[in-house]
Formats: sequence, C-alpha cells, structure tokens
Amino acid sequence: MVIILERQLLSGNEAIARGAYEAGIRVCSAYPGTPSTEIFENLPQYADSLYCEWAPNEKVATEMAYGACMGGVRSLCAMKHVGLNVAADPMFTAAYNGVGAAFVIVTADDPSMHSSQNEQDNRYYARSAKIALIEPSDSQECVDFMKEACRISEKFDMPVLFRTTTRVSHSKSLVTPGEREEPAVTPYVRNADKFVSVPAHAYRNHAKVEKNLAELEKYSNVCPLNRVEMNGTKIGVVTASIAYEYAKDAFPADTSFLKLGLTNPLPMDLIRSFAAKVDKLYVIEELEDFMEAQIRAAGIPCEGKNLTGRLYELNPQLLKERIFGVKPETRDTGVQAVSRPPALCPGCPHRGFFYTMSKNKNFVVAGDIGCYTLGCAAPLNAMDTCVCMGGGFSVAVGLAKTFEVTGQTEKKVFGVLGDSTFFHSGMTGAAEIIYNKAHVIPVVLDNSITGMTGHQDNPGSGYTLQGDVAEAIRIEDVLKSYGFEAVIIVDPQDLTAMQKAVDDALASAVPAAIICRRPCLLIKRMHHDIGLCTVDTDKCIGCRKCLKVGCPAVMTVNGKSRIDPTACVGCTVCAQVCPVGAISRKENG
Amino acid sequence: MTMENKSALLVGVGGQGAILTAKVLVNGLMSAGYDVKMSEVHGMSQRGGSVSTQVHWGKKVYSPVIGRGAADIIVAFEKMEAVRYADFLKPDGVAVINDYEIPSSTVAAGLCEYPAGCLEAMERTFRCFTLNAGEIAIGLGSAKCMNIVLFGALTRALSMNDVDWESVIRATVPPKFLELNLAAYRAGRDAVK
Repeated sequence: MVIILERQLLSGNEAIARGAYEAGIRVCSAYPGTPSTEIFENLPQYADSLYCEWAPNEKVATEMAYGACMGGVRSLCAMKHVGLNVAADPMFTAAYNGVGAAFVIVTADDPSMHSSQNEQDNRYYARSAKIALIEPSDSQECVDFMKEACRISEKFDMPVLFRTTTRVSHSKSLVTPGEREEPAVTPYVRNADKFVSVPAHAYRNHAKVEKNLAELEKYSNVCPLNRVEMNGTKIGVVTASIAYEYAKDAFPADTSFLKLGLTNPLPMDLIRSFAAKVDKLYVIEELEDFMEAQIRAAGIPCEGKNLTGRLYELNPQLLKERIFGVKPETRDTGVQAVSRPPALCPGCPHRGFFYTMSKNKNFVVAGDIGCYTLGCAAPLNAMDTCVCMGGGFSVAVGLAKTFEVTGQTEKKVFGVLGDSTFFHSGMTGAAEIIYNKAHVIPVVLDNSITGMTGHQDNPGSGYTLQGDVAEAIRIEDVLKSYGFEAVIIVDPQDLTAMQKAVDDALASAVPAAIICRRPCLLIKRMHHDIGLCTVDTDKCIGCRKCLKVGCPAVMTVNGKSRIDPTACVGCTVCAQVCPVGAISRKENG
Repeated sequence: MTMENKSALLVGVGGQGAILTAKVLVNGLMSAGYDVKMSEVHGMSQRGGSVSTQVHWGKKVYSPVIGRGAADIIVAFEKMEAVRYADFLKPDGVAVINDYEIPSSTVAAGLCEYPAGCLEAMERTFRCFTLNAGEIAIGLGSAKCMNIVLFGALTRALSMNDVDWESVIRATVPPKFLELNLAAYRAGRDAVK
C-alpha cells in the first residue's frame, strides 16, 4: 500500500532530518551551532529507525559518524560552518580512506554572520578535501538531495559535504514527504587496507581519490541534481544554493538557468554547452567566486562577482540593483531607530560574574563563544577577547605569558568559557594552563545547558539528545584531576560571594579555578525561584549604579530607577549594587 | 489565485510572539492553496534583540527573503521596530503598528534616547493601521493574546476573502485558549475598521 503523505511546511533543517530518515541513515552525531542546530533537534522523532546524539564537539561527531560508516551503515554528522574547522582533520583523511556505507557531513554556513564570528565559505573545504559537494536550495531539495548524497557517497567511495546557508536552513517551504529506504546492511569485516591510514595506504589512496573525483566529474554532467531550465537565449545564469531562489526573482522571465545541486566537482562540460546557448552568462553565488573562478579558468566568459560583491547575504532586490541598476523604491520616515543589541537576559547567572570583572581595570578577560560573549557589551564591557570555541583558556595563557615577559605583572588574566564549551575544547586549554604554569584563573560559567544555540544537552547536563538520563561529568572533578588544587564553586548571583571567589583565587598559593554555578532560568525541566524586584522611589537617589549591571529590566525614568515588572525575575543583582537599599524583592511576584 | 506574489514582514522584539503570529498566517495561506515560504532569524537575536519574520505567498514562490522596498505589508509589534524596517515597505505598502513601546537595553541604560514620534512619522509616510494591542489584550483578560489581536488587525489590512481566518485559529490554537484567541482576533479586526 502506498501512503500518500500530505505536504508540510518544513524548515531546511527539519527537512534535512526528514531526508536523513528517508535516506535510510542509521547513525547521526552533531554538536549544536546556529544555523545547524534544529537538524538534530528534529531527529529524535525518528529514533525507532536511527540512533542520534549530541557529541562533545564537531570533531568527535565527525569521527563517530565516520566510524559508523566504516561499520557499514549510512551515517551523518552536522555542524555550523566554523565547526567544520574543528572537524577538518577527520574529514580530510576520510576522503582518502573512502567510505563503508554512505557518509554525509552537513555544514550550515552563515552569510551575513547572523550568529557567527566569521562568514567563511565552506565550499572550499570540498575542493580542498577532494570530496563531493551538494547544495540544496529549498526544503524539498534538503530531503531529496540527502538521498542522492548517500548514493553518490557509496558509488564514488567518498564522504559528501552537504552545505546549506542560514536562509536554506531557517526558511520554511513546502515538502512532500516520501518513504524511508532501507539499505541492506552487510556484516562487518575488518578492512585494514582501506581504513587504517598508514603512509603506505595513504600513498595509494591519493591516486584513488583523484580517480574517483574524475569519475564524479563525468557523472556531474548527467547528475539529476544539475538541471537546465531553458527559457530564452539572451541571458543564462549558472547558480546554486539559495542564490538560485534570489536569481529566479531578480532576472527577467526569459532568462535561462543552469541550476546546480552538485557543485564539486563542477560539471564543466554541461556549463560549457549551456554557455554556448546564451548570449550572456552570469554566475550568481553568495560569498566567494567559488564557481565563477573555476568557470573563468575553463575559458568560459562570464560575469558575477564584479557586480554582486563578496560580502554578506544577497536578496532579489540587491541583485536587481547590482546587475540591472534598478534601485528599489523606498520611503524615508525621517526617524532613526536606535540599536537594539542583544543583552544577557534578566536573571542571567552570567551577569554577576561580569559585573564583578567590570569593577577592576587590571582584570583581563579572555572570553569564548556562548551567551556569555554578551559580557563584552555595554555597560558591562567586561571582555578583552573572543576567538573560537575553547579559545577562552588558551588565549588567556598567551596573554598571561605576554604580561610575564613584558613585566606587566599588575594585569590579572581570567580565561572564561561555559560548561558546554568546557567539554567541547576547553579541557585542553585547562591542561595548557597547568602544564605550562600559566598565571591564569580559568572560570567555567556553568549554567547547566548549551544556552546560546537554544538549550541543548551536553556531557555535564545529565541528559542525552533523546532526553534520557546520562552520567553528568563533574567539571570540578576534571579540573581537580588536572591539578587545580583549589576549585572554588560559587553562586555568581551573590555578588559578595562572587567577589570573594575572585579574591581567593588570585591569592591562592596553589593552582586555582572558579566554577560559577547557577542554572539558566530558561531551562524548562527545572523549578526556578522567580520573584520581582521593585524600586522605592522615595529612597532612590538617582545615582544610576543599578544600570551598571546591564539588565534589560532595569531602566531610568524621570531621574529615578524603574524595574519593568514584566521582565524582572527577582534575581536581586541590581538590589545588591544599590547604595541606599532602594530596591527590594517581593516573593512570587 | 491570479494575483502577484505578496510579502509580509512581521517585526518586533524577541519574545513578543511574532513567529507564532506568522505561523497562523501561514496556516491560513496554505489552507487557501497558496505556495508559501517563511524565513526567520534565530540565534543571538532572540536575546532581547530586534527580530523579523518574513512570509511570502503566491502561485509559486522562489526567494524566502526580500530586500528593501519589497514588502506589501509590515506588522510591527513595537513602534520603533516599524521605523527600523520601514524601508523594506513598498511606497504603496501598508503598515499595521502596535502602539507599544519597549525601550532597548541601550535606552534603558541611559546611553541613548528612545526616538520620539515613531507612530506619527509612519502615519505621515505610509498607509497605516494603528492600534494599542497590549491594552486590548489586557482588556480581554490576558496580555499574552496581544499577538492574536495584531493578527486580527493584519487580516483586516490584508483584505483577502479567500481565507477563513477564524477556522485557521480554531485549527491552530489549543481548545483551552480558543475563546480568548477568537475574541482577540475579532477585537483586533474591529480596532482597525
């Protein structure tokens, strides 16, 4: 019996999860990161058919999924674009070894950096690692292309890089779900020649990689993911990914399209024959000239980046303006909106720590990636650096050694990261601090969850992706075993205790670390002690000290402080800094 | 369904319920057989920042996002956000504006002033439907239905007669909150007559 499934409005990420299910993928591992996170949040619904998990980081996720593919089942890992920097090591060697069953690596790039530290173009990773690159444009393609990705991976014996961008992952469009394929599983047998990457095997495998890639290029010219839409002979557009959708809206109706889904290796014969059918050829792609540079190098005249630029996201109106000189008609209201930057939430446990850091000009704070990066914002202004996941501890060592060799001993260096980041790649930085005797106080802001990406579990939170109870690894035990003899655990919302923890750590004769421990108030499975703070306006002297904690609920109206009762949760950090006791907490407000 | 494609932009401050409102809108459009795409930005913007959700519909929709001067309608859950996104509106586009003010963290901290005259500037520049959805919602018994009050105003501004919006609300909202949300929807429609 054929079940006709109804069309559903799915985000690209929901559709990738659906595609993984339909493609018969059996083992999946990921580390959360915007804009990729919802792929794995949508996998547990298929838990009867596949195993899925949060890994401690992207490298582990990739190695784990690759292990599954060597074991003989189709597997998938997923990460944001910068996560692939962490996972690049196993990916490059997996490219040489090849696969057992299909192996798909999903990378979600973030043009315009909505939630990222850079806008690197991960298409180059596929070219560099010499593996297939597949790019869907909408949610239906996220489902359909996943199945083709698995076939390509198995047919050409290589991992497939499956690339989305924010607008593919986070846009919703209509999907007609299909049925699940059930690939036959072959019993495992050792194949050391293939999967043990010693130099002799790698030497031989490199030749195999080149041969497979050449075969794949031949296939790319007839691959169903690459299709021609002939509408006229004046203008032709070669495009892929979300740029296809933008170009369809921006170019005239008689424009012909070569819409590519398999973009590494490029189908150069197909591009050449398409180019010959049109008077003028454009290559429309977001970010770098990944396709255009190769097309030009093949001797095919085209235009693209000279008009569209390399920076940020495109959209149909931008394309019309940059290619055809058609400026959008807009009206100016004459009023300028002020910026509305993100801030630590009311009641955020990180506030007390950063307020304490903000009070001493000699504190140098090496930060990291997470909600707590917002400690850099005004009025807290309590962060010096933020580079990458796990960089908080190790960058701090570099700063401390600099102060040591240049005699700036008044500077006190803190390396700061969160609980999930600690397990991701902070532990190696902690080892660096002990091993090389650095004058750094490592601080773990433990809010019991992976916060910024929208509350995913991690090795310290006590639950798995499926919501089952897991062993919660104790951060203090890890730090103690490394040699931090004084691990100070403090509630950062108690400002007196927080200040004492910092003073004690700095005065400690043995290596000291601080764990600021208070769960994020947004964790749904916990009970939170919610109250409400109010200002006694007769007592308030209008000194504005309470504004220094940077709470969105605290403001000043007519020279006096006021607390927004719809936003306040009664954390009392503002009350603790009031010099005249004008702020107090009501219970159950 | 012979019309050109349409675009709506729903803007506000993280936590105001703009995404839920967009979902009700999309359910209605889908029930009438339109092709629909919707785009939202997640991540850092959720933490008290400015948020926007786009909905596009028609016979066949390609891009899930638009640039400046391309929205047919803007629904602003907060009045300064109307001004922030005003240049996305077509010159003959329509704005539905909630007369509701949320100071940004920079305003609260006294680093800058909340701009005066947002509502008046929008009304001078565009065809506007203005309402105080917060007050209407509290009058109905729950501030939480403010987004459905705005949704009612939006459906009035859209003036589409091929969608039965009340049925869409019935199909989307849990039974427990149905009467409240239907009342909110009708109050929103009546507020912008």
